Amino acid sequence: MIKNYFKNTWEGLYTILIGMKITWKHLFVPSVTLQYPEERAKLPERARNRLFLNYNDCIGCMQCAAACPVNCIEIETVKGIPTDMPDPTSKGQKKALWVTKFDIDEGKCCFCQLCVAPCPTEAIYMTDIYEYSEFDRDNLVYNFASLTKEEVQQKQDNFDKFQAEKEAQKLEAAKAKAEADAKKAAEEKAKLEVKPSNDEKKED
Amino acid sequence: MQNYLIEIFGSEIVAYILATVPVLAFIVLFVLFAVWLERKVSAHMQDRLGPMRVGWHGVLQTLADFLKLLQKEDIIATANDKALFNIAPYVVFVTTLATFTMLPFTSIFIGSNADVGIFFVLAFSGAVVAGILMAGWASNNKYSLYGSLRSAAQIVSYEIPTALVVLTMIMLYGTMSLGEITIAQTSHFWNWGIFGGPELGLAKILLVPFMFVAFIILFISTLAESNRTPFDLPESESELVAGFNTEYSGIKFSMFFLSEFANMFLIGSILVIFFFGGYNSPFGYLGNLLGIEWLIPIEQLLWFLGKGMFFVFVDMWLRWTLPRVRVDQLMTICWKYLIPYAFFNLLIVGLILLI
Repeated sequence: MIKNYFKNTWEGLYTILIGMKITWKHLFVPSVTLQYPEERAKLPERARNRLFLNYNDCIGCMQCAAACPVNCIEIETVKGIPTDMPDPTSKGQKKALWVTKFDIDEGKCCFCQLCVAPCPTEAIYMTDIYEYSEFDRDNLVYNFASLTKEEVQQKQDNFDKFQAEKEAQKLEAAKAKAEADAKKAAEEKAKLEVKPSNDEKKED
Repeated sequence: MQNYLIEIFGSEIVAYILATVPVLAFIVLFVLFAVWLERKVSAHMQDRLGPMRVGWHGVLQTLADFLKLLQKEDIIATANDKALFNIAPYVVFVTTLATFTMLPFTSIFIGSNADVGIFFVLAFSGAVVAGILMAGWASNNKYSLYGSLRSAAQIVSYEIPTALVVLTMIMLYGTMSLGEITIAQTSHFWNWGIFGGPELGLAKILLVPFMFVAFIILFISTLAESNRTPFDLPESESELVAGFNTEYSGIKFSMFFLSEFANMFLIGSILVIFFFGGYNSPFGYLGNLLGIEWLIPIEQLLWFLGKGMFFVFVDMWLRWTLPRVRVDQLMTICWKYLIPYAFFNLLIVGLILLI
């Protein structure tokens, strides 16, 4: 009983000293704090952060938009015309489309990185930027297409004109073809009319 | 000090008011420093950095916080007992400040070298309970009430081991005046209380272990009286929001804060005066060596503050080492352990001194 009492006292003081020893050691352990705006944690190699599109490399195939599970990528394209084709990509792949609109809503993006894999030209990828908060939600919609409105309109007009010309040509060609067909038909008919005599001849 | 000021101003009242100014300034500066130190010590013990932005390693952080506190609205709820609610922080602060008048900072600066020095200190640090009870009860808040009642129970209980140890030390020194107790321990560090006091002989050697026990008891019981972790039940954040000062804001809250940290220094300096020679240097003075007499009080002040700060640091160290005790553990420590030890210590020291 009395022995226990002294033992308790001793253990109380002794364990406090053990605890104090531990905290004393930790007093000199270098701190793990990062002074955030000045120091930053090193990102892992494959960290997924803000999406970026290298617009010059985009061929407007829309595979990223199709892969996106949250539909945060919006693409509009206009076909190029032979006289006004977009420059090829940095790796020399030919482009057939003017990408008139390439918007990524980073507010919607879920960082799944599914859009990166299908890109045939490696134009869309994740950057290491993760501090892009905005006061206005609309500012999170990033416009990557560098064409101006006028240019877009011009491309559209060009294409429409080209298309119209093509249509006209097609129409003409169809007309010509129809005429030719008619002619041919008439000739055939004429031939057919002659044919029976031939048959008769054969029978002979 | 006072006599000097009386000579200059020719009026006792002006002199006494002026004599309190350095103490008050010291308390405010000390608190600014101690709060910063507390945050730094706690941070580094947890492998963090603590405040780093305001000034060099955040030294001005407390000042910034204090300025912010001053701008805060002084909220008084309608259900509060307004008179008591307003008086309480001043009662707590004034009683804490009053105890500082008895501390011998140097051989020439003692607020009052009264014969009942330590008695006065004990009485006034006990009177803090009144302020805390006022604060808790007038807040009309359950958390505040619980906090203040716990505080009252704690302070009243721990007054007993404190008083018993203080009685032991008074027997040793034969005086209650803190100034004279300090003078008794002059010249060499083996004259300090922890080494059995000034008198040489067999009694001194016999006293050392009992002085050590007395020191530990006094340290624990005064720590409990200052409501610091591991005895911070009155303001246990995890259970009682902030205890008795939950309802306070702005300047009144900072009054409680000031008195808490001032109390920490007070208990540190009481320990220093009783066991570690007060303002006495353990090795002799540089002023004596160089023959510069005015240097001695400055050295004494530095020794006193240094020793006091060491115990403040130990308080913080303990705070970030130990978890809070339960109420029953708190009472067990006091009534079952500290009081019997202090009592037997008193008897044995008395016997040794008789021999």
